[in-house]
Amino acid sequence: MDNKVPFLILRRMRVPLLALIGAYAASVLGLTLMPGIEIDGEPTHISIFHAFYIMTYTATTTGFGELPHAFSDAQRLWVTFSLYLSVVAWVYAIGALIALFQDRAFKQVIEENRFASAVRRQSEPFYIVCGYGDTGGLVVRSMAGCGLSAVVIDVAQDRINELTLENLPYHVPGLCANASHPANLKRAGLEHPQCAGVVALTDSDHVNLKIAITAKLIAPELRVICRAQTHDAQANMASFGTDAVINPFDIFADRLAMALHSPDMHRLHEWLTATSGMPLPERIDPPRGTWLLCGYGRFGKAVNRFLEYEGLSTVIIESEPEKTRAPKETVVGRGTEAVTLRAAHIESAVGIVAGTDDDANNLSIIMTARSLNLNLFMVARQNSRDNDDIFEAARLDLVMQRSRIISRRILALISTPLLTDFLRLARHQNNEWARALIERLRPVIGTRVPALWAVPVTEQGAPAVFSALREARDIQLDHLCRDPYARDRTLPCVPLLLMREDDELLLPEPATALQPGDRLLLCGRSRAELRMLWTLRNANALAYVESGEQPRDSYVSRLLFGRRARAG
Amino acid sequence: MNVEKVVFSFFIVLALTLNFGFFLGEFDNPDHHDVYELFAAIVVNLIATVLKFGERTQIGAVLLATSLVADLQLIAAALVWTVAVHIAATGLTPPAMASIVSLSGGAVLANLVSVVLLVVDISTLRR
Repeated sequence: MDNKVPFLILRRMRVPLLALIGAYAASVLGLTLMPGIEIDGEPTHISIFHAFYIMTYTATTTGFGELPHAFSDAQRLWVTFSLYLSVVAWVYAIGALIALFQDRAFKQVIEENRFASAVRRQSEPFYIVCGYGDTGGLVVRSMAGCGLSAVVIDVAQDRINELTLENLPYHVPGLCANASHPANLKRAGLEHPQCAGVVALTDSDHVNLKIAITAKLIAPELRVICRAQTHDAQANMASFGTDAVINPFDIFADRLAMALHSPDMHRLHEWLTATSGMPLPERIDPPRGTWLLCGYGRFGKAVNRFLEYEGLSTVIIESEPEKTRAPKETVVGRGTEAVTLRAAHIESAVGIVAGTDDDANNLSIIMTARSLNLNLFMVARQNSRDNDDIFEAARLDLVMQRSRIISRRILALISTPLLTDFLRLARHQNNEWARALIERLRPVIGTRVPALWAVPVTEQGAPAVFSALREARDIQLDHLCRDPYARDRTLPCVPLLLMREDDELLLPEPATALQPGDRLLLCGRSRAELRMLWTLRNANALAYVESGEQPRDSYVSRLLFGRRARAG
Repeated sequence: MNVEKVVFSFFIVLALTLNFGFFLGEFDNPDHHDVYELFAAIVVNLIATVLKFGERTQIGAVLLATSLVADLQLIAAALVWTVAVHIAATGLTPPAMASIVSLSGGAVLANLVSVVLLVVDISTLRR
């Protein structure tokens, strides 16, 4: 049965309705049979209609009065009896109805129906987000900020309750179910035509793996983005074609290593991946020397690996070296006491990484370290978003917040897919290249993180340009970057990448000729994006930008005056 | 012997018999149609409808539909009676009686279909 709700109501209300009908029937019948007061020597009788009317206002405890005549004592006796009978029947019926609406199973059915219809009504592309903890919450909120829709599945009911309380720009349906069951993914819209992908962010690698496999088997054309906490799971997920596997520890350690060997490249990375509109992140310059690593879990191992690859020496402080399989020279201890830190020669170290899985311990390590050596480069791991305030107050050089790293990466993948290609190509360049690009970007973007947008040279994305190219006109990248209001001004933007089927051009030249099917990645101020939309979509703006002349609009004027005129 | 089935069938057949009993007699003669029988027919029809709630099968759905039709017709008949006697000044005239009886006749047909479906349903049950 498709809609179980009316069916359930009818089933439950059978007995109460029967009681009600019985009470009414008996009372009405009795009332019509009882002899009324004597008028002109004849006892009056109440008709069935009047009896029904009297019973209605008596049973519902409204109580108008004795109509149309005063009752005789026989009638009053009967009314007394039927009052008790019918009022009890009414109250029982209403009580049964209320209890039904409060019934847990019933409410669950209503919730499921509501969720299913919300999913069916999705008319924009949406992503299925599995897992609504710290990371899931951040991802959904950032997606909503970018105008992307989402459907959430989480196994804990209170997280779904949190979702309903969130102040998001539009409704995000949430389902409390186990996402590793394929039936639940289907219910969340895996086979919906508007579903654009699945993001698996649960706590368990195994569940994420199952979600990825399910998505790839049932709907192979969807994008699947997973979070992985171990390298085994990462390799496993990549083996069957998961589009992106995100290991936050590796990502952070990689960033730290990048900051060590190419600080300008790191800075470029930060500028392009931070939230648009925020103040520009500052340059960080981690020093070279000996680093102290407190905590040798997955995070500590990742950082150690990347630092050693950069040629730095590390001293590991770990409280359970056998469990974490730490190397022999490890200093045993948590790092929160001065004794342990001194044993690790903190006076001669240049940096410290507090990487345990407890936020209080990490902050304690940092504060102890600061009291022993003021010049240390401080890096700490933040586990829970609830502690944002204290980590900000600690004024650390670098904070590794797992959820933020994952959500930024996911957002970069989802909102501007070309960005990952650009960053991949940029890594192969050297620090000087990055510095030159930063110098080029700086006057264009000012003091805020730039906006990034993609221009697809297709019929839907850039209709004017597309049809101009089909007429074999020569449209160059330079034309797009001009201001359609005044063509001798250039828009505040920098083209970063030009992607073609057979070619990838990093930082393309302004004179590059465009071809149909090209995809461009541009970076700059958001108003540049809006102006550029004019050039892309409006044929007159494009013609103006190209040649400085306005083509005539109507057939008649073209006939009379010829095709072109000087710009007025 | 299934008590639930006995009660179910009892009320459905009783609805038909009371209804038919009211319908019998001269079409427009008020003496032949007792108001209490109409009252009893309405009550038993309502009980039969409620008993048919919550059916999951296709035949159960049609049974419920016929019951609702019969209820509708009988309640309409009661309304016509009430209007004729209490509201309009005419009293129970032959034309009014004719309307009442014809409405109840429609309800008889609906109840008949209901009983037929009941028999069909039971005869398809395996022993």
